[in-house]
Amino acid sequence: MKREPPRSLADYAPLAFPAVMLVVFFVVPFSTMIAVSFFRRQQGGFYTPDFVVDNYARFLTTFFGGVLGFSLMLAIMVALVCVAIAFPFTFLLAQTKRRVQIVWLVVMLSVLSLSEVIIGFAWSTLFSRTAGITNLFVWLGLMSEPQALVPGFGAVLTGMVYQALPYTVLVLYPAIVRLDPTLTEAARTLGASPLLAFFNVIVPTLRNTIVATLIMVFVFALGSYLLPQILGRPQHWTLSVLITDQAIYQSNMPFAAAMAVFLVLISLSLVALTLFVGRRETA
Amino acid sequence: MKSLLHRNIGRRAVLGTGLAGAAALAMPTVLRAQDRSIKVGVYGGYFKDSFDANIFPEFTKATGIAVESIAEPTGEAWLVQLSQAARAGQAPADLSMMSQTSTLKGQEQELWTPLDPSKIKNFDGLLTNFVSTYPDDRVAGVGAVAWYITLVTNTDAYPEAPTSWAALWDPANKDKLGLLALVSNSFLLEVTARTFMGGTDALDTEEGQLKAFEKLAEVKPNVRLWYRDEAQFEQALKSGEIPMGQYYHDVTGLAAADGHPVRSTFPEEGGILDSGNWVLSKASDKVEEAHVFIDYMSQPEIQSLMSRKVGTAPTLKRDLLDLTDEEFAAVSSDIDPIIPRYDLYISKSDWLNQKWTELIVG
Repeated sequence: MKREPPRSLADYAPLAFPAVMLVVFFVVPFSTMIAVSFFRRQQGGFYTPDFVVDNYARFLTTFFGGVLGFSLMLAIMVALVCVAIAFPFTFLLAQTKRRVQIVWLVVMLSVLSLSEVIIGFAWSTLFSRTAGITNLFVWLGLMSEPQALVPGFGAVLTGMVYQALPYTVLVLYPAIVRLDPTLTEAARTLGASPLLAFFNVIVPTLRNTIVATLIMVFVFALGSYLLPQILGRPQHWTLSVLITDQAIYQSNMPFAAAMAVFLVLISLSLVALTLFVGRRETA
Repeated sequence: MKSLLHRNIGRRAVLGTGLAGAAALAMPTVLRAQDRSIKVGVYGGYFKDSFDANIFPEFTKATGIAVESIAEPTGEAWLVQLSQAARAGQAPADLSMMSQTSTLKGQEQELWTPLDPSKIKNFDGLLTNFVSTYPDDRVAGVGAVAWYITLVTNTDAYPEAPTSWAALWDPANKDKLGLLALVSNSFLLEVTARTFMGGTDALDTEEGQLKAFEKLAEVKPNVRLWYRDEAQFEQALKSGEIPMGQYYHDVTGLAAADGHPVRSTFPEEGGILDSGNWVLSKASDKVEEAHVFIDYMSQPEIQSLMSRKVGTAPTLKRDLLDLTDEEFAAVSSDIDPIIPRYDLYISKSDWLNQKWTELIVG
């Protein structure tokens, strides 16, 4: 079937709905945020429409640079850990019977029904000194006395990986299930061990899927603000936590908006960079 | 229950009965057809529920003025709404419960109608910190509700109650404290100033504020949790996971009464006394009713009733009240309280917030 290039206005009509959605739910709110980020903050009051760059100037310090750097690093680590766990898991899942697959997928989906608050509190209890898993280790004789594993970086990372893992599996699943099984068979026939076949054939074949998943989990993790608060110390608070503080507790909308715009721009450019590098390598 | 289910009633009829029941329960807040009425904004949730149940019906009975209570959001959202509505000549509520910082912010815009002390019988019995005034001494607000933040401990971990806020600085308490996460709700600068610098006046200058920050930085190694969410700390305190910190006096008392191993101590330097005011929007024409309401609320009997039923600290001098020692201790203390420096959170809020964030995050 040959696809005709659109000629009349009516041919473009199917685009109207997505375009309207994009304008209403992205362009308008984001533009409002950009506008507010240039407003003048009135201390002890609110803000007045204006065009000042003070809000951006306040952000450009080593302090906020450090927080931004930590947020990015955390999101990247969550993405890497999630894909590193989810990819082999989904691959093995795809080899099993249909019935087993369905059970696993339903279990994964049920995790999505938990709110971030419940996940945070559950992990903080599991990692606590008084009721946590270290008590189990003491009972097994692995440790001499129970320890608190929360708050800390490990706890934040665990909580966020737990939250993002179902999404990762769900994004990887369709691509992995559709993978041509003859690829592995051919590799095996040519003498590759299962592990070698996995890394030299399966992983490169699904490279685009993996990159897309990494980006999705990265963006998902970047917006997290509740888990770092519940499971981390202040040095593990992400930029999103500080944005919330400014917007809700300090009523400093212009500064909160400036930080949010900055965060969006940085993450967009990182995504663009990833795609650009990916395309050059394929070319 | 079983017979009810088996009886031959249509589903719709059951639903209808339920709705009628719910409407009947909601009646007290609905404006009744009376000549005089007033709209009163109270913090949504616990305060509104308690006021609707215990205070407003009594007020209507005593004065014939109907009360329409309005749930207001905490934080500054309500101030913004009142201020914008007033510009259009509207008052979403005549009287509102307003935090001290928001009261001051409203004063800058002359948003509050000045109150007439002569129409409030017990005005002279009010503790001085519960009267907010404009710079020219006109009364902008009168204390509505007050509560203490004190030094709390888990009794299993600390058989002996600490006596001073200085316990927060004790190296023996490494990694054991839970403190509030924001400069404007923890009031730890004031605590530092009262405990180590002779009083909150030491915070008048930037030099003094910096010194307080420096002293406060020494607490950091002891802090396990900087909390925004109360439930997070309360749970950890009860279980002994985080055995010491700052928390609300009345809530801790209730938890102890429920058998949890927790206690609230008024340190010798005093507890932190935070509060909200009654303020009257300048767009309201219910000036007369508002004064009747504030007069009613500031009576010793009503203040005692609130202490017993709502758990708030009384706004009147103690000798006017009929609270027993035990009832008084459940909500307040005779020790001179630490009154937060609300003025600083107006004039220097961004600077203080920045320094504070750098202190705890850095």
